Amino acid sequence: MTAAGLIRLGVVAGLVGLLELLVRGGAISRRVLLPPSEMAADLARLLAQGRYNGDIATTLANVLTAFVIALAAGFALGVAIHALPRLRRALDPLLATYYAVPFFAFYPVFIVIFGIGRAPIVIVGILFGVVAMIIATLNGLDRIPRPLLKTARLLRMGRVATAVRIKLPAALPYLFTGIKLSIAYAFIGVIASEFILASEGIGYRIAFAFNNFDNRTMYALMLFIIVLVTAVNAVFHVVEQRLQRRLGR
Amino acid sequence: MAGGAASIHLEVRAVTRSFARDGQSKLHALGPVDMVIRRGEFVAVVGPSGCGKSTLLDTLAGLSAPDSGSIVFEGAEVRGRVPEGIGVVFQEDASFPWMTVEDNVAFGLRRAGVDEAEIRRRVADALRLMGLADFARAYPAQLSGGMRQRVCIARTLVTRPRLILLDEPFGALDAQTRLLMGEELLTLWRATEASVLLITHALDEAAMLADRVLVMSARPGRFIDEIATGWPRDRDSRIAAEPAFGEITARLWKVLRAESMKAIGERQRPAAAPA
Repeated sequence: MTAAGLIRLGVVAGLVGLLELLVRGGAISRRVLLPPSEMAADLARLLAQGRYNGDIATTLANVLTAFVIALAAGFALGVAIHALPRLRRALDPLLATYYAVPFFAFYPVFIVIFGIGRAPIVIVGILFGVVAMIIATLNGLDRIPRPLLKTARLLRMGRVATAVRIKLPAALPYLFTGIKLSIAYAFIGVIASEFILASEGIGYRIAFAFNNFDNRTMYALMLFIIVLVTAVNAVFHVVEQRLQRRLGR
Repeated sequence: MAGGAASIHLEVRAVTRSFARDGQSKLHALGPVDMVIRRGEFVAVVGPSGCGKSTLLDTLAGLSAPDSGSIVFEGAEVRGRVPEGIGVVFQEDASFPWMTVEDNVAFGLRRAGVDEAEIRRRVADALRLMGLADFARAYPAQLSGGMRQRVCIARTLVTRPRLILLDEPFGALDAQTRLLMGEELLTLWRATEASVLLITHALDEAAMLADRVLVMSARPGRFIDEIATGWPRDRDSRIAAEPAFGEITARLWKVLRAESMKAIGERQRPAAAPA
């Protein structure tokens, strides 16, 4: 592990340890917060009991659906918008300010239009993730160095070959930024929607536990989400580093 | 391809090129230019910045079509389509960052469906020639700018072009590296027997490397002078010590100085100023 990695691990472990001490020492009331060690133990117990397996599966399926659709639609829209410069000039400011809109202010509208259930949750997840992918795709296509495109023409490569063999790998690092952002946004969109629009899923269970003063369940599920998102990000990080080297053959 | 005009490799007649500017007005970038490159000849083109040198190269390579005039390479018209047998090296780094050096160099051959054993042989040769043999498995990001440019030259060489066009290939390199790369280019030229057209803004580079130097005017670029250097084929950078070298660069600069001042003046005056 690198020195920076060790320091990072130390900072995280130190903060967790500090929290543990503050709660156990009584500086923070147990009615407010639980020691991280107990959160972990509670989570292990919940997972062993399998009480929330259905909710976990539901949330993961929602996130995955939203992510895949956001990715595919965002990439396709990005490519299409990039091919139409006039449309792009018109849309650029809208895309740039998209995330300035506080989406959840409109949740009553979602309920009216999509009802309650999985559809609106997945749709919110898509709406959250898709624009990050559009922006990343546009950025990636913009940044393909011109000499590479000229080289493709010198080698008399056709449109498809140029797109697959040159443009895609050249844009890939930027696309990966979009992929990472849209999975993060899909998580946020889905879990936040589950708080208000669902009757199942991890978000719903956290809200339910909160409303019923069930701190142990609430913190265990929160920890679950943190661990899950961190793991997903770590996987993407590793894949990103490998893929950049492998592509092209 | 032999015959009466056997010695003529590339023939350019009355080529012009302009670009649309602000929708309506046209920017006349180039020409009319006429030039001939004979088989195995090393020709350099020098000119003030913005004179249309790169436009000329793109047009010759078939990357863009001329507005008028004709370009004939090995007896066939080039018109906005890259002909087989022409290789180009650009000023900017054109290596593929997601491929190793050897995959970069092999890319064009794999596209062309060349036999894999043959590819390996040619790539190994090119890498050795360019001093990249120890870096075959490296990625471009791990190399210096000069080495990346050598990757691009190697990638062009393995396709065995009969005419090599170079667009300020050493422009981004430091002075010493340029000199050495210039010598390497001479070695390659002798080894491959290809014809070479080198576009550069460096007068000493042109004077040292080329059999013939063509001087371009300020925009719209036209040829206004031509100097045959008279160097032997197995020359190297030491000819810079010859008295003739000084005479050639002095003559080039005399012609170019006025053109460069025009080019600079044009940028400082409003666009509508009289020429």
